[in-house]
Amino acid sequence: MLFKRQSILPGFWPAFSYTALYLSLIVLIPLSAVFLKSATSGWAHFWQSVRSPSVVAAYRLSFGASFAAGLISVAIGFLIAWVLVRYQFPGKALADALVDLPFALPTAVAGIALTSLYVENGWLGRYLVPLGIRVAFTPLGVIVALTFIGLPFVVRSVQPVLEDADQELEEAASSLGANRWQIFSRVIFPMVRPALLTGFALAFARALGEYGSVIFIAGNLPMKTEIVPLLIVTKLEQYDYSGSTAIAVVMLVASFLLLLGINVLQRRSRRFTEPA
Amino acid sequence: MTNTYAINPHATQPHAKDPTLVRWGLTGLALAALVMFIVLPLAAVFVQAFEKGWHVYRDAIVQPETVSAIELSLLAVGISVPMNVLFGLAAAWAITKFQFTGKNVLTTLIDIPFGVSPVISGLVWVLVFGVQGWFGPWLTGHDIAIIFAVPGIILATTFVTFPFVARELIALMESQGTEEEEAALVLGANTWQMFFRVTLPNIKWGLLYGVVLCTARALGEFGAVSVVSGHIRGQTNTLPLHVEILYNEYNYAGAFAVASLLSVLAVITLALKKFLEWKTAQP
Repeated sequence: MLFKRQSILPGFWPAFSYTALYLSLIVLIPLSAVFLKSATSGWAHFWQSVRSPSVVAAYRLSFGASFAAGLISVAIGFLIAWVLVRYQFPGKALADALVDLPFALPTAVAGIALTSLYVENGWLGRYLVPLGIRVAFTPLGVIVALTFIGLPFVVRSVQPVLEDADQELEEAASSLGANRWQIFSRVIFPMVRPALLTGFALAFARALGEYGSVIFIAGNLPMKTEIVPLLIVTKLEQYDYSGSTAIAVVMLVASFLLLLGINVLQRRSRRFTEPA
Repeated sequence: MTNTYAINPHATQPHAKDPTLVRWGLTGLALAALVMFIVLPLAAVFVQAFEKGWHVYRDAIVQPETVSAIELSLLAVGISVPMNVLFGLAAAWAITKFQFTGKNVLTTLIDIPFGVSPVISGLVWVLVFGVQGWFGPWLTGHDIAIIFAVPGIILATTFVTFPFVARELIALMESQGTEEEEAALVLGANTWQMFFRVTLPNIKWGLLYGVVLCTARALGEFGAVSVVSGHIRGQTNTLPLHVEILYNEYNYAGAFAVASLLSVLAVITLALKKFLEWKTAQP
């Protein structure tokens, strides 16, 4: 069996061995500890930890809020990408740079900043609370924080596709008598749909595991606003290693399945955008 | 095609054909969303940092616990980033310059930490080195502390920022191919000459881009570090953890003062990122 094709370039074996060793030591072996630990704790215990009411409530909140935040990110992210690609306006470069802020801002900072906006006397909370819209310390707050985190994923997935979109298709549609709405729904939207889906999946995957930006605004009320990562930390602080590991295994499997899905999506959307 | 565009100046800006009302409406909505989700939180940090005046701000920054948090954060960055740079170079060299079986699997495995919750990135180290972990009894016997100590913080930071440099370099070097290196070798360069005179100049901006992203994430990491730190003030508190502690003590001015330091770094990161994207787009 041929493992490596001949090349005159040097350094394959040192580089490859170091890569494999470092990857194993820093990522693979530590990560395997999660699965081994939950295997040694036994199936019954695993099942019991994962099915306790507070854990089920947390899974419901984490998956539900991440899904909602993903959808909101898709709507707002598409709008922002659309405006950034297709229109000229003053401050456009600044707006474009600001989109990445959630990538760069430490999550704890985002968490306390968002909380301060939505508490009762906060800049936004003072208008929302009298209307009966409570964001801080409710599931809505979790969704707001996760939307903040997810937004750049959608914008950055959609933007290149909109930029590459062939103008001639729109012109052709227009000269064949399509109106603006038909051009959007029949020409543009099908082109960006795979990118929107990828952006959604990336935002959703990131949101599932998100911790820092959520725990402040969530308020962490038992059974109401506790997210899954928080439960992992709580169990760990109570020295319930096997309990926290069991919850983590479910999360890991979910995120790996998502990553797999994202890979397939990205391969498919590449087939759309790149000329054969 | 170029000719028709040159004749009809509007053809180069076909979007300008969207009705003004639609254009302004959508732009307004998008900017409002950006302000609400991104500008306001950023502004809130700085306004609340200075709400109690400059003296409170300065006191929060110069207090010994903040200074030691800054030092620990810099230490974690100073170790984890160079380690991940070295790994990124090795991984990108092996993956992009050679053809071998299992290449796609290797590339996928490198991305794993991006898909793992920060909290789990901390948990894995507790399971390996914690009291009940694989090496726990041995480490306790030899009086070595990794979890709830500085080494654990460095390991967690390294795990979380693991793919950043490798991913940038793999994408960049994949597009560059192997011809320039091969030419250098044929012309008599040795391995190091080839690397420092051909490869490194070709990848320097991409490498820097990866380093900037890696550093920003390492400085700001919260969940993973929180799990392994044990929150011992003045000893195992990084800057983001210090923000949390001050906040939970209702010392909001102090929390936002420290947060403002991290926010300034985030803004600098964005500026550097834009600059490097512009630089790498140059021919």
